[in-house]
Amino acid sequence: MSAVEPSELALFWVAVIGVAILAYVILDGFDLGVGILFGATNDARLRSEMIASISPFWDGNETWLIVVGASLFAAFPVVYAVFLAAFYIPVLLLLLALIFRGIAFEFRARAARGLWDRGFVLGSVVAAFVQGAAVGAMIRGIPVVNGQYSGGTFDWVAALSIVCGIGLVLGYALLGAGWLVLKSEDAQLRDWARDRIPLLATAVVGILVVATVTAFVDRARMTGSLFMHRPWGFVFPLIGLIAIVGIFVGARRRLDSWPFAMTVVLFVAAFLSLATMFWPYMIPYSVTVASAAAPQASLSFLFWGAGLFVLPVIGLYTFVVYWMFRGRQRAGYAATSGPASAAKGERKV
Amino acid sequence: MELDPVLLSRLQFAFVISFHIIFPAFTIGLAAWLTTLEGVRLLTGNHLYRRIFDFWLKIFALSFGMGVVSGIVMAFQFGTNWSVLAERTGSIQGPLLGYEAFTAFLLEATFFGVVLLGRDSVPAWFYFLSCCMVSLGTMLSSFWILANNSWMQVPLGHIIVDGRIVPGDWWAIITGPIMRIRWPHMLLAAFLTTGMCVAATGAWYLLRGKDVQEAGAMLRWGLGFVAVVIPVQMVFGHLTGIYVLNYQPAKFAAIEARWKTQQPASEVLIAIPDPRHERNLFALEIPRLGSFIASGNWDAREGGLDAFPPEDRPPVIIPFFAFRVMVGMGLIMVAVSWFGAFLRWRGTLESTRWFLWATFLSFPSGFIAVLAGWFTAEVGRQPWVVYGLLRTKDAVTPSLKTGDVLLSLACYVVVYSIIYAFGLYYIYRLLRDGPAQDVSDRTKMTPARPLAVAVQATKEAPQ
Ligand code: HDD
Ligand code: HEM
Ligand code: HEM
Repeated sequence: MSAVEPSELALFWVAVIGVAILAYVILDGFDLGVGILFGATNDARLRSEMIASISPFWDGNETWLIVVGASLFAAFPVVYAVFLAAFYIPVLLLLLALIFRGIAFEFRARAARGLWDRGFVLGSVVAAFVQGAAVGAMIRGIPVVNGQYSGGTFDWVAALSIVCGIGLVLGYALLGAGWLVLKSEDAQLRDWARDRIPLLATAVVGILVVATVTAFVDRARMTGSLFMHRPWGFVFPLIGLIAIVGIFVGARRRLDSWPFAMTVVLFVAAFLSLATMFWPYMIPYSVTVASAAAPQASLSFLFWGAGLFVLPVIGLYTFVVYWMFRGRQRAGYAATSGPASAAKGERKV
Repeated sequence: MELDPVLLSRLQFAFVISFHIIFPAFTIGLAAWLTTLEGVRLLTGNHLYRRIFDFWLKIFALSFGMGVVSGIVMAFQFGTNWSVLAERTGSIQGPLLGYEAFTAFLLEATFFGVVLLGRDSVPAWFYFLSCCMVSLGTMLSSFWILANNSWMQVPLGHIIVDGRIVPGDWWAIITGPIMRIRWPHMLLAAFLTTGMCVAATGAWYLLRGKDVQEAGAMLRWGLGFVAVVIPVQMVFGHLTGIYVLNYQPAKFAAIEARWKTQQPASEVLIAIPDPRHERNLFALEIPRLGSFIASGNWDAREGGLDAFPPEDRPPVIIPFFAFRVMVGMGLIMVAVSWFGAFLRWRGTLESTRWFLWATFLSFPSGFIAVLAGWFTAEVGRQPWVVYGLLRTKDAVTPSLKTGDVLLSLACYVVVYSIIYAFGLYYIYRLLRDGPAQDVSDRTKMTPARPLAVAVQATKEAPQ
C-alpha cells in the first residue's frame, strides 16, 4: 500500500463517516440498550413504557447504519468490500437481529406478543454483540490481498472479539438505562433504570480494562506500541475515565440527564481512542485512508451535493423532529405505533 | 449447474430483493395516497377522509416496517456477496446508493415518526408537510435505485482505470436515456399496485356490505386512478421495450424467444421455449409482426439468439414468460378499470356484484407485474452484472465458501418465511376488520384509560 497522503476530500469523507458511526452508535445504541434492558423485566407496564420511549426514534436511528454503509461504499469502496466479506457471518447475524427487532415494534401489539418480545430482546443483544465483536476483530487486524479479503469465514472469532462483544452489550445497556432515566415520565421506570446503572457501569469498566489489556498484548505481538507513537492519544481514555465517574455521581445524586450524557462522552472517548490507535489505517494494518479513497470524481460529486447541502439539511430536520418529541416521554405516544394498536396495548395494562 | 457461491449468491440476491420490492412497490403508492387523503381532508374538512387515512396508515406502518428491515439487508448484499462488484464499480454505484441514503432514507425515517405518532403533537400543516416528506422520500429512493440499476443495465459515462470502473460524466450516469424511461415505468408501477389494492379493498367491503361509505370512496378513487394511469404506463412500457431492443438486443431476442435470425421475423405470442433444442413448442405466432414491432417495417431482418456467442446469451424461459405475465397484468388492469368507469357512468358500479368480485380478485395484479417486470429485466441481463463490462460469475466475493452462502441463504429463507407469514396475516386482519374497527378500538381504549386522549390533548396544546 502506498504511503501517499490522503486528499482533503478523502479526509472530509473520513470525518463524515466518523460522525455517522458515532451518531449510529449513540442513537441506535440507546434503543438497542433499551431492548437489552427490556429482557431484564417481565413487568408488562414497564415494558410498554420502554418501547414507547424509543418508538418514534428507532427507525431514524437505524438509518444511520445505512448512511455509514452507503458512505463507505461511495467514498471507500475497498473498505466496504473487504469489511463485509471479512464479517460475512457477523453481518448476517446483525441483519437478522435487526429484522427481528424492527418487526417487533409493529408486531407485538397485534398477536403472539411473547414471541416478538423475545425476538426484540434477542435481536437487541445479538446486534450489540456482533458490533462489538467486529471492533475486537478489527483491533487484531484483517488480511487483504489485491483489494479483497483474504482470510477465512471464522477468523473474527477470538477472545478479544468476544470480550468486546460482551462489552458493547453492557455498554449499550448502560446507554439505554441513561435514556430511560432521561426520557421516561414514569417514576417507577426511572428508578428501575437508575438502580441498574452502577452495576452496568462497573461491568463496563471491568470489560474495558480486560479489553485494553488484551489489545495491548495482541498489538504488542503485531506492531509494537498501542498509540503508534501518539502519546497524546492517551487523553481520550482519560476523558473516558472522568465520564465514568460522572455516570456514578449522576446516578447517586439523581441528576437525571447525567448518566446518559456521561455515557455518550464515554462512547465518544472510546471511539476517538480507537481512531487514534488505527490512523492512518481504515482496515487495520492493511488498507490506509489514502489508498482506499475513491477517485476524486466520486468524492467531489458526493461533496457538492451530499456534503454541502444534504448533510446540513439532515442535521436540521433531525433536530426539529427530536425537538417535537422533546421532554419526557408523554402518554400520547405510549404503547406502540398506530392509533388502534396503541389502544390495544393500553387495554392489556 | 453445481451449487457454487455464484449460483447461491444469485439465488440469495433474487430471494431477498424479491421480498423487498413487494413492500416498496406498495409503500411508494401508499405514501402518495395518504398524502392525497390528508390534503383533501384539509381542503374539504370531510371527516370521511380522516377515517380512510387512519385505516390506511396502519397498513402503511406495517408495510413500511417490513420494507425497512428487508431493505437494510439489501444495502449490505453488495459487499457481502458481490465484493468484486463493489470494489470495481463502488465509485459509481456507491455514490448513487449513498445519495439514496442521504436524500431518501433519512427523510422517510425521520418524518415517518411524525406521521405515525405525531398527529396530536404537531400543528396540522406540519403534519401534512410530514406526509409530503415521507412520500417524497419514497420517490427519491426509487429514483436513485433506478439510476443505479439503469447504469448496471446500460453503463454510460464511465472510464476504466487500472481495471476499476470509475465515473467520467455524472450527468450521463444519472440521467441516461434509459433512466428517463425506467424510472417513470417503476413509479407508475408502484402507483398502479396501490391503486388496485385500494380499489380491491373497497370492493371487498361492498361485497360484505360493511363500511359502505368508505368502501365506495376507495373503489371510485382506486379504479379512477388506474383507469387514467394505465395507458400512460403502457406507453412507458413500450418505450422501455425500445431501449431493450437498442441497447440489449440479446435480452430482446430472449423476450421474443427468437432463436434464429429471421427475415421477415414473426412475433411469438405464446409458446413453450425449449432451450436444449433452441426451438419453441406449441408456438402461436403471427408472421411479420415481429419485424414490425422491432423496426416498424414488415420485412426487416431481426437478430435471433444465434447472432450472439453462446457465452453472451441470457436464459430464455424466465424473461419470455415473465414479460408476458407483466403485460397480461397490465391488460387485466385495463379491463377492470375501464369497465369500472363504464359502470360508474351507468350508475351501477357499487351494485354489480360480479364486477366487485373481479375487482377484489385482481388485487395482486400490481405485485405480480412488478415482480415479473424485474425478473424480465434482471434475468434478461445475464450473464452480465454490469452489462458488457463485468460478468456475474466474476463479481462474487472471492473468499466466500459454498457453505457460507448456503447457511446465509437458509437463514434468510427461514427468517423471511416467519416474518412474512405473520406480517401478511396481520395486514390481512387489518384489511378484514376495516375502518369501522378503528372507531370501536378508540371506544375500547376509553374505559381502560379514560383520560388518555384528553390528557394528551391538554398536555400538547401549549406547544
Ligand atoms: C423502486 C423502488 C425500490 C427498489 C427497486 C428498491 N428499493 Fe429499497 N426501498 C424503497 C424503494 C426501493 C423504499 C420505498 O424507499 C423503501 C420501502 C420502505 C422504506 O422504508 O423505504 C425502501 C427501503 C430500503 C431500505 C431501508 C431504508 C430505511 O431504513 O428507511 C434500504 C437500505 C433499501 N431499501 C435498499 C435497497 C437496495 C440496495 C435495493 C436494490 C438493490 C433496493 N432497496 C430496491
Ligand atoms: C427491486 C426489484 C428487483 C428484483 C425483483 C430483482 C430481481 C433479480 C433477480 C431475479 C436476480 C437474479 C438474476 C439471475 O441471477 O439470473 C437479480 C440479480 C441481481 N440484481 Fe436485481 N432485481 C431488482 C432490482 C435490482 C436493483 C434495483 C439492483 C441494483 C441496485 C439490482 C442488482 C442486481 C444484482 C447486483 C444482482 C446479482 C448479480 C446478478 O445475478 O446479476 N437488482 N435481481
Ligand atoms: C403492457 C405494457 C407493458 C410493456 C410493453 C412493458 C414493458 C417492459 C419491458 C420491456 C421491461 C424490461 C425492461 C428492462 O429490461 O430493463 C419492463 C420492466 C418492468 N415493468 Fe413493464 N411493461 C408493461 C406493463 C407494466 C405494468 C402494468 C407494470 C406494473 C404495474 C410494469 C412493471 C414493470 C417493472 C416493475 C419493471 C422492472 C423495472 C424496469 O426494468 O424498468 N410493466 N416493462
